[in-house]
Amino acid sequence: MTVYLLRRLFQAFGVVVAMSVLVFVGVYGIGNPVDILISPDADQMERERAIRALGLDRPLWEQYVWFVANALQGDLGRSFAYNEPALQLILQRMPATLELAFAAMILAVAIGLPLGLYAGLHPHSPASKAIMAGSILGFSLPTFWVGLMLIMLFAVHLGWLPSNGRGATAEFLGVQWSFLTANGLAHLAMPAFNLALFKISLVIRLTRAGVREAMLMDYVKFARAKGLSPRRVTFVHVLKNILIPVVTVTGLELGGTIAFSVVTETVFSWPGMGKLIIDSINRLDRPVMVAYLMIIVLMFVVINLLVDILYTVLDPRVRIEGKAA
Amino acid sequence: MSTTTAPPPRVETPLRRFAAEFAESRIAVGGLVVFVLIALGALFAPWITPQNPYDLMQIDIMDGRQPPGTSGGAGFTFWLGTDDQGRDMFSAILYGLRISLLVGAGSALIAAMVGASLGLIAAYAGGRTDSAIMRLVDLQLSFPAILVALMILAFLGKGILNVVLALVIVEWAYYARTVRGSALVERRREYIEAAHCLALPTHRILFRHLLPNCLPPLIVVATMQVARAIALEATLSFLGLGVPITEPSLGLLIANGYQYMLSGHYWISFYPGIALLITIVSINLVGDHLRDVLNPRLKR
Repeated sequence: MTVYLLRRLFQAFGVVVAMSVLVFVGVYGIGNPVDILISPDADQMERERAIRALGLDRPLWEQYVWFVANALQGDLGRSFAYNEPALQLILQRMPATLELAFAAMILAVAIGLPLGLYAGLHPHSPASKAIMAGSILGFSLPTFWVGLMLIMLFAVHLGWLPSNGRGATAEFLGVQWSFLTANGLAHLAMPAFNLALFKISLVIRLTRAGVREAMLMDYVKFARAKGLSPRRVTFVHVLKNILIPVVTVTGLELGGTIAFSVVTETVFSWPGMGKLIIDSINRLDRPVMVAYLMIIVLMFVVINLLVDILYTVLDPRVRIEGKAA
Repeated sequence: MSTTTAPPPRVETPLRRFAAEFAESRIAVGGLVVFVLIALGALFAPWITPQNPYDLMQIDIMDGRQPPGTSGGAGFTFWLGTDDQGRDMFSAILYGLRISLLVGAGSALIAAMVGASLGLIAAYAGGRTDSAIMRLVDLQLSFPAILVALMILAFLGKGILNVVLALVIVEWAYYARTVRGSALVERRREYIEAAHCLALPTHRILFRHLLPNCLPPLIVVATMQVARAIALEATLSFLGLGVPITEPSLGLLIANGYQYMLSGHYWISFYPGIALLITIVSINLVGDHLRDVLNPRLKR
């Protein structure tokens, strides 16, 4: 186990190093680094001074070492647009993105699980067929377009929900959250549902498949034979067993949800990391781009590492394979 | 040889059997018909549309933001309304479809070639080459597609070729994994051994013997990936990172309509979205049924 863990950690480290080289080459190799790192308003004298100060006259490998040394100290450059350290800028926006992503996950389970359960218990009813057709639509619909349509319906025509921003926030644990105020919740509803749409379809399909499989199992037959009520069989015996894969997959999707919030945040002007990166790309605010990419890479490497370790703990087959190798 | 001219008996060729099996699902055939109509509409857009939406001589700013069904000054009816510049949305959608389909199909095709070659090589060479390629596949698939594409376009900038390149980089891993899976099974078959005994060159064995037998799952993945690529391209264009404004795809048309949404001019975003939705759903319906037809485990 320890050997496996160490090897996996080493791999994760390798990925981070590889990605840092890629991002470095992306910024310093492809574009002209002077344009990227120095504000375009600077005159010739300033440029020369900055080039020397930034070490851009040094060989590339030396610059890379420097970049890494700064990155390790948490210095990923300063944003042109905000004139703040890029890292700080991103960390400030992270709670908004995390709030949106978690709200979407909760919605996905809260909506998807009951629908999937119904479709699995009554596979031939018209309602189930409608649910399944809806889930195919959920996979096919372009998320950003659905977001626009939601705005059109609920914000423009009906005027029920606000179309952009986070609304009023309340402080909790030193961070501002929207879900603690009624106004904030109203702002959260549409973006969270929009981001959840794809996951709802996923949860419906997983739950339905799980229920249909579980209904044929001996333990369900036995519970029925014991004379337990259908309600108890469904909600205690079946549900307990299908919850494991559903929760696992939903958890695994967290990373993807955070990544995809880039789109939802842009549609609903949600002031999170995703909106920041799109704005930064459009403004050519490269230090923020680099910082965002490094943070995302680190985040995904950590998520993947945790998932692998969890699997090793939970699934004996992986453990044995790891030992043999 | 007999000289009778009786019609030859219908031979059960694999292609015919495949067509017959595919025709069994009415939904899939419907999807295929819709998709072919869309593709033809896009292909012949210059001859079908009442105006060329990117010829400034043909559009009139006075026709801007007309609701669907209004008759314009040019003597035809704007069935789907006009955008802020006075472009007929129906024409703009067909022209946009050309870009969307081109990018989607083009990137899927290139990714299939790159991915399939690497998958074949991985399965055939085995050992260190195999694990190196598959490690790369795992790494690629552990990052969400939208993020990788975003990264690449952030550095390369807008442009149709850059979008295609980003989509290829995002997609090749799916093909590599699929082809490697089936090639690993196929390479142990007798016909590969026979080809070996004939001392055929490796590239010939790979591409003339191994590849054709790995095609069915590859076709299924390719169909689904075309739909995925079109959706991803639309998303990237909507974010302002995809195609340039001079060659707008459906995603960019939707993005253009975004700002008029709040003032109630819904059609500028609504109809391009419907076109995108119909395209993606029709491809997915075909792909879904192809998977059933081409799956050897479900062979009757």
